[in-house]
Amino acid sequence: MRFVDEFRDPQLAKTLIERLHQRAELLPYSAKKPMQIMEVCGGHTHAIFKFGLDKLLPPQLEFIHGPGCPVCVLPMGRIDACCEIAAHPEVIFCTFGDAVRVPGKQGSLMNAREHGADIRVVYSPLDALKLARENPARHVVFFALGFETTMPVTAVTLQQARRECLSNFSIFCQHISLMPTLRSLLSREDVRIDAFLAPGHVSMITGIAPYHFINQEFSKPLVISGFEPLDMLQSVLMLVDQVCQATCKTENQYRRVVPEEGNVLAQEAMREVFTLAGSSEWRGLGLIEESGICLTEAYASFDAERRFSPQAQSVADDPRSRCGEVLTGRCKPHECPLFGTGCTPHNAFGALMVSSEGACAAWYQYRHQEVSVADKPQQQQQQQKACQDER
Amino acid sequence: MAELAGATTMCIGIPGQIVALHERQAGNAWADVCGLRREVNIALVCEGEPEALIGCWVLIHVGFALSRLDEQEALETLAALHAMEEVEADVALFLGAGEAR
Repeated sequence: MRFVDEFRDPQLAKTLIERLHQRAELLPYSAKKPMQIMEVCGGHTHAIFKFGLDKLLPPQLEFIHGPGCPVCVLPMGRIDACCEIAAHPEVIFCTFGDAVRVPGKQGSLMNAREHGADIRVVYSPLDALKLARENPARHVVFFALGFETTMPVTAVTLQQARRECLSNFSIFCQHISLMPTLRSLLSREDVRIDAFLAPGHVSMITGIAPYHFINQEFSKPLVISGFEPLDMLQSVLMLVDQVCQATCKTENQYRRVVPEEGNVLAQEAMREVFTLAGSSEWRGLGLIEESGICLTEAYASFDAERRFSPQAQSVADDPRSRCGEVLTGRCKPHECPLFGTGCTPHNAFGALMVSSEGACAAWYQYRHQEVSVADKPQQQQQQQKACQDER
Repeated sequence: MAELAGATTMCIGIPGQIVALHERQAGNAWADVCGLRREVNIALVCEGEPEALIGCWVLIHVGFALSRLDEQEALETLAALHAMEEVEADVALFLGAGEAR
């Protein structure tokens, strides 16, 4: 268990793993048909690969990696619309760094920048607001991307812009709501999810009530989990215990950060600024009803799409890649024919390879070598020797 | 841009301690994050008088305090982030953003 030694409390980790193995014996699942636990948050996916948590699980349990990375579910057509807006000479287009390399049909924002568009990477939407104040002759567009964790941040930024009567600032809204996506996944016949590990920081905003439909309508257990490996092991144990006790409820392992009611101020800000926009397209998942978010009428003047009317782009996912199957747990990243050849973190074909939180990028970073050396036993021995020498 | 490749939409936050209110920008405060002073927006954690936040630990995501933390929790989270090698990249960004302003 070489990974366990890297945990903050290795002894506690060992105890948790032992208990997991004992309890898993009681599960109505087997190595052949394991209990499939979907972790919804990209941060969780990253931690699973980094710490090899999946390898510490008993054979009756398996992680499947859900769509919880906003960049990974960003449809190509939306990137094309961003590039179209960014091409306006008066526009300064601001984005978070992980969105610049996502390929659209017409290339990425990085490519658009090489072609002369003024695209800037910002750490916070407030940086974009500041650019608008400092450049009154330009129009600053912020690419607002993300789930409920990032949504209130955009909302407060727009409230500030409105107070200041800034007329040269707008957002391109690609916020998406998590709950309709979970509902959509659960409603699909080709996807089997037995339990959820729910994201800590989305829940910190939303609180726990929005998850109840998962227990009540779909009879699946759910545990809101922190990001440390120990949090996640404990959360998995809580899920296993629920199944063993034949109950299904929403439990909060991350109580130290997630209040039951969430962040009420954030919820108020979101209600003032955003409203549901009907269905939204997700990369790899298709259209999902009621998952789209747009600005309320009071904030319509801050809508970059209204201002610039980019052409609506609907770009089908490329049939050569299996992003959608990876996103729904039907395929492991390395089983995709493009993995590691036509699609690498340096030259990503699909968005799951772009973000470090994407399942494919995480697999590539932490597993790729293991898979390729497993095919070549002699190399594997050399590799192990090299590792020992390094230590 | 490579130095900013980690600036993300991801939902991980960093703990910081509010040390002072911003002199000119209402709704903003100064936070100590791993020994560095940074401007953060406090609109989403400020329920009463902003002064009451001084000394409080908060979880910071893309320049906003999103949640209050108790000190023990904040320190443990920082230790865990260090262990996960997330903190260096994020702290670098946090400061890098200051230069871009």
